[in-house]
Amino acid sequence: MRILTDVNIDWLRWRWHALVLSWVIILAGTGLVATRGLPLGIDFSGGTNVVVRFEQPVTVEQVRGALEAIPGDKTIQQYGAPANREMLIKLPLSLEAQDGIALEKTATEVVTRLQSANVGKLEVQSTEVVGPVIGNDLQRKGIYATVASLLGIMLYIAFRFRLSFGIGAMVASIHDVLITMAMLVFFGYELSLNVVAAILTLVGYGVNDQIVIFDRVRENLRANRREPISAIINRSVNQTLPRTVITAGTTFLSVLSLYLFGGEVLEPFAFAMLVGIVTSTYSTVFIASAIAVLLSQGKSRAGSAAPTSETGARPARKGRARAS
Amino acid sequence: MSVRTKLLIILGVIGLSIWGFYPPDQKINLGLDLKGGVHLVLRVHTDDALRLETELTAERLRAALTAAAVTVGNVAAASPTEIRVEGVQNDQAYRAAATDIETNFSRSSGAGSYTYTMKPNIVNQLREEAVNQALQTIERRVNELGVAEPIVARHGGADQILVQLPGVTEVDRAKEIIRSTALLELKLVEQGPFPTKEAAAQAYTNNLPPDLEVIPGRDEGQGGSTPATVFYVVKKVAAVAGRDLRSAQQSLDEFNQSAVQFTLKQDAAVRFGTFTQASIGRRLAIVLDDRVMSAPTIQARIADSGQITGITREEMQDLVITLKSGALPASLTYLEERTVGPSLGADSIRAGVTAAIGGLLLVLVFMLFYYRLAGLNAITSIVVNLLLLLGALGYFGATMTLPGFAGFILTIGIGVDSNVLIFERIKEELAAGKGVRAAVNAGFDRVWWTIVDTHIASLIAAMFLFNFGTGPIRGFATTLAIGLAANVFTAIFVSRTMFEIFLTRRRAAALSI
Repeated sequence: MRILTDVNIDWLRWRWHALVLSWVIILAGTGLVATRGLPLGIDFSGGTNVVVRFEQPVTVEQVRGALEAIPGDKTIQQYGAPANREMLIKLPLSLEAQDGIALEKTATEVVTRLQSANVGKLEVQSTEVVGPVIGNDLQRKGIYATVASLLGIMLYIAFRFRLSFGIGAMVASIHDVLITMAMLVFFGYELSLNVVAAILTLVGYGVNDQIVIFDRVRENLRANRREPISAIINRSVNQTLPRTVITAGTTFLSVLSLYLFGGEVLEPFAFAMLVGIVTSTYSTVFIASAIAVLLSQGKSRAGSAAPTSETGARPARKGRARAS
Repeated sequence: MSVRTKLLIILGVIGLSIWGFYPPDQKINLGLDLKGGVHLVLRVHTDDALRLETELTAERLRAALTAAAVTVGNVAAASPTEIRVEGVQNDQAYRAAATDIETNFSRSSGAGSYTYTMKPNIVNQLREEAVNQALQTIERRVNELGVAEPIVARHGGADQILVQLPGVTEVDRAKEIIRSTALLELKLVEQGPFPTKEAAAQAYTNNLPPDLEVIPGRDEGQGGSTPATVFYVVKKVAAVAGRDLRSAQQSLDEFNQSAVQFTLKQDAAVRFGTFTQASIGRRLAIVLDDRVMSAPTIQARIADSGQITGITREEMQDLVITLKSGALPASLTYLEERTVGPSLGADSIRAGVTAAIGGLLLVLVFMLFYYRLAGLNAITSIVVNLLLLLGALGYFGATMTLPGFAGFILTIGIGVDSNVLIFERIKEELAAGKGVRAAVNAGFDRVWWTIVDTHIASLIAAMFLFNFGTGPIRGFATTLAIGLAANVFTAIFVSRTMFEIFLTRRRAAALSI
């Protein structure tokens, strides 16, 4: 069985439409972040999270009532399926936590207050208390790791292919990261350690599609030296299209399983990956190739006017000249 | 290499992998998020250690000046790393007396005054020592607690310590034991007790001599469950301190109440003997973590043992643990605390395994449907890939975490990716009119570098991810990286061997792909 064979779509023609669409999503995401702030999870913002499983069904109001005496802006919500009878209680970073005193008390206080309230038996599933030092540290490290892997991959592609491909890949990856983050914000997910892990993985994964296409571009370039690079890139995208679609599809399927069955903790990770898989396929076709063309065009025009400095170009010309 | 040799290699690798992880409950290390336990990050306040050193040095300087009969206005620690000497009258005599201090401090002089600042290399050395000492002390305490396979290690920033206690549920007790300074000091009481701090200061007309200090303590005179706090004026320098302690054990005091009996090391015992001989009739404060526990009157010369009284039964047990393990060189605060209950860990494992198997099945169905027989080929290589991943996890003792399951699922995804890449290429070559064997060969040869490039790009990201992440994320980066490496082997070697077996068995004119 084969799908999508002999397609001949002029992908590059659509690049401006694609660019507008991407910008709309990114700007909408940025706008939302600007008005509501970037929703940071406990790993980065610091604070206290307690997940409790109750023996009897309990309402959010009951839990809120039991914790009335604890100051600060509490968030109490159902955690996972209602049948689990689990509640997530979030407390912000208290002022005293700045010098590390309250850090030791908050989680314990939540649990003892719930135990003494009339809400039935309960079991503490997990507690997380993160102080400001760790939060800031992780923020810094997360940004550093993302930037470093973007640059690392760009350098690798520039080394294996051309600088223009490397830049194309990096811009596409940045695009994927931004779109994924915008989608996370739209769907109300918080930025957690796991989400950053998903974003970093996407940076590595998204490049796969690009490498496959760039490889094909290189192969086609060797075979047809005279064809303009935009035509070659278009053809390469079309030739590898079945593979691009199928692999995105299969990876999507396996991550979908993670999204459905992987549990509450991994759900944001899986969501980010799902969005990223779709986005990176799209950006490979429209963005990475378009930028590679833009940056290569000057070069290839120069190449057709005068012998290129690339090794191997000269002997080939000589060979052809002799044959004719 | 013949097909038979290749097949033997593959079977050997599968065998080794299974040996590497079987039985999984013994050979696969589970992270805290899967087996439950406490994860703590502490910060060592290394300034405390500096302050202690500076105060001791100031004290020694004072003693040296007294011995040389040099009078100065005031010698005091101005900050954790600074000593100020004021009112120096005879400069020459002062300089001659104060030479020792300059080994660790650098001097700058003003009008009739000197400021000593601790040398930067000494500051670094002391900070480093404080963190290492704290680490060792915490290790001893955790071992006394009887936790199986704890982790106590330096963490992130220079002054951070990571403590992981698998299976521990008494979080608060563990935290208190780790954190309590457990600094035992025996100090001579000058005056007191006073009912308030102000009253204590009043006794010296608000001008406390620099070698004395006021510390709170329990009012022994009154019974009751919560005795009032009183204040003692004691000598700053301890006659005996925590490091002179030889052992500590649980005991009972004269009223049959819980107490902790301690004995001193030999050289300290000699010092303590002379000291108590000279101070008969005076009161001795037994100070634990800057709080007077009791202040008995010295009746006779005491050689090597003493008792800490006025504690509850639970406090007694924990105090023995902390005293035995030695005092912490500096105070600690908690920066991060994460606990996972045992039932949550089990739930997570179930969810992770379900998701991995679900992902595998979805992909399996698709591959068989789309690639027919060749799909079988891809499935074999993905399953071998997962076995290799498990084997490597067991063999290297890497830690499996909840996000690690995501690594497994992505390994499935990436494994399929490589196979699809190869298969699509073979289809293209077939469509271009190549023979079956030539198409298979071309398919594998053409994509080799593509696969290497894609995997290296993903490995670059995994590497930075490992560097960035804490425990659970590291588990993900590890499984992802191993999965990627294993995939190069399975997608190329295993899958190709399968094709070759197929091609030698039959004179295939067509390929089911």
